[in-house]
Amino acid sequence: MQNTLLEIMYILAGLVGIAAAVYALKDKNHPHPKETAAFWGIFGITFIFGKYIPGYVTGLLILAMGVLAAINKVKDGGMKTADEDQREASALKIGNKIFIPALTIGLIAFIVGQYIPALGALVGLGLGALLSTIIAMIMTKTETKNIPYEGSRLLLSLGTAAILPQLLAALGALFNAAGVGEVIATGIGGVIPQGNILAGVIAYCLGMAIFTMIMGNAFAAFAVITTGIGMPFVYAYGANPTVVGILALTAGYCGTLMTPMAANFNIVPAALLDTKNSNRVIISQAPLAIVMLLTHIVLMYMLGF
Amino acid sequence: MIRLIGVLIILIGFYKKYNPIAVVLVAGIATGLVSGIEIVTILDILGRTFVANRFMSIFLLTLPVIGILERYGLKERSVMLIKSMKSATTGRVIIVYMFFRELASVFGLRLGGHVQFVRPLVYPMAYGAAEKNYQSVTEDADEKIKGISAAAENYGNFYGQNVFPASGGVLLVVGTLAALEIDVIPMEVAIAAIPVAVIAFIYTVVQSVLFDNSLNKSLKKNKIDKGA
Repeated sequence: MQNTLLEIMYILAGLVGIAAAVYALKDKNHPHPKETAAFWGIFGITFIFGKYIPGYVTGLLILAMGVLAAINKVKDGGMKTADEDQREASALKIGNKIFIPALTIGLIAFIVGQYIPALGALVGLGLGALLSTIIAMIMTKTETKNIPYEGSRLLLSLGTAAILPQLLAALGALFNAAGVGEVIATGIGGVIPQGNILAGVIAYCLGMAIFTMIMGNAFAAFAVITTGIGMPFVYAYGANPTVVGILALTAGYCGTLMTPMAANFNIVPAALLDTKNSNRVIISQAPLAIVMLLTHIVLMYMLGF
Repeated sequence: MIRLIGVLIILIGFYKKYNPIAVVLVAGIATGLVSGIEIVTILDILGRTFVANRFMSIFLLTLPVIGILERYGLKERSVMLIKSMKSATTGRVIIVYMFFRELASVFGLRLGGHVQFVRPLVYPMAYGAAEKNYQSVTEDADEKIKGISAAAENYGNFYGQNVFPASGGVLLVVGTLAALEIDVIPMEVAIAAIPVAVIAFIYTVVQSVLFDNSLNKSLKKNKIDKGA
């Protein structure tokens, strides 16, 4: 049930990609309509037929998308929404009711994820989006063609950053297959002085943050760094594993706040908010992340022993 | 050591601001090749992981409705709403969101998200608050408001989630340590996560207050005079 529903959600998500391809082709002001359409078309295909295409073929399709992105031919174009006067007028007319569909997305995702575990939060997010679309349609009495139009407008403005999270997950899998983590853990382990608890704590926290920055994911870093650094240099000296374990993980989260590799937390939101600098979210987070990381070292040393 | 070539490519690529998609692909393939993995296997790992992680892009389904709501004045309405609240400032909007975001994740509620909340609601309100307090909001200030709005979501999510004993992070710690023959109890791990959750909230308040002060300074000239 869950898998079937998820597969339907993927097909619908793929259709958003296909719609973006069609609108890019139709856009007379678009600088590179064909290449942009090819990029989003391929993306849509991997969503709709991904389950049935052999892995290496999908791999080749991703390479094609990479080439289109690398030669800078995947662009936004000139799709416009209603102009400001119309939006102001409509905001006055509809009133605060307009927040209902906006809140519906998150609330349905939450309710389904929380109370219908058989479906899960992902299906919930999809259902929330669909229900919210229906409410918005009724409320605004908008034309049906605005559904694919507005979806395409936002996806084209998000640009290639939209596919980064999935691509980085694939990179992580390749790093794992190649044993990159072990090399790093051995490298850091080699420079820590034996018998110095503070040095061990610093290495464990920094190791988590740095390796998380490289992998873009603290979960991936935790096992590698805990085995390579945590065990011989922290736990071996009688640390309280309950306290030290969770502090090591959140020390990794400080790294997540500072890396473009965590695209879904840092780069996609920047694209969603249409910032000038794609690293804007990281820049805003860096001061807090650094202070937080230092705090982790202090907490681990004080509370962990 | 040669296996770290992918890491090097990533560092140079992101630093030089080459297209991230191309950088990631080159790094992945190079790492695979120097580690002796066949090119077909590399493509296979790439393709299969990409498809297995389609769930990361479910948010595409929310784009049409967010676009439609924006077309009908969602942002404009958020600005109107926040302007009716006298004491609202950008920093206070951030603090209130951080508070509820963290509280929700402490109870294991996945109530939040950049797509669900930040773009349609938090950022427009944070921006609206600035627009209410200053005659004009510069492009530079707007950029920073976007940054801190997205950051609040991450702070609340990351540092609050582990206070919930069945969260992914707590279970990962328990599972990983168990594999190393160290036994810890999820409930106790969750309790050990409380100091970090509290400190993260305090730091966010500090950052938000400092942010309001810096807006005051940079937009002072066009501050709206509320004097009698």
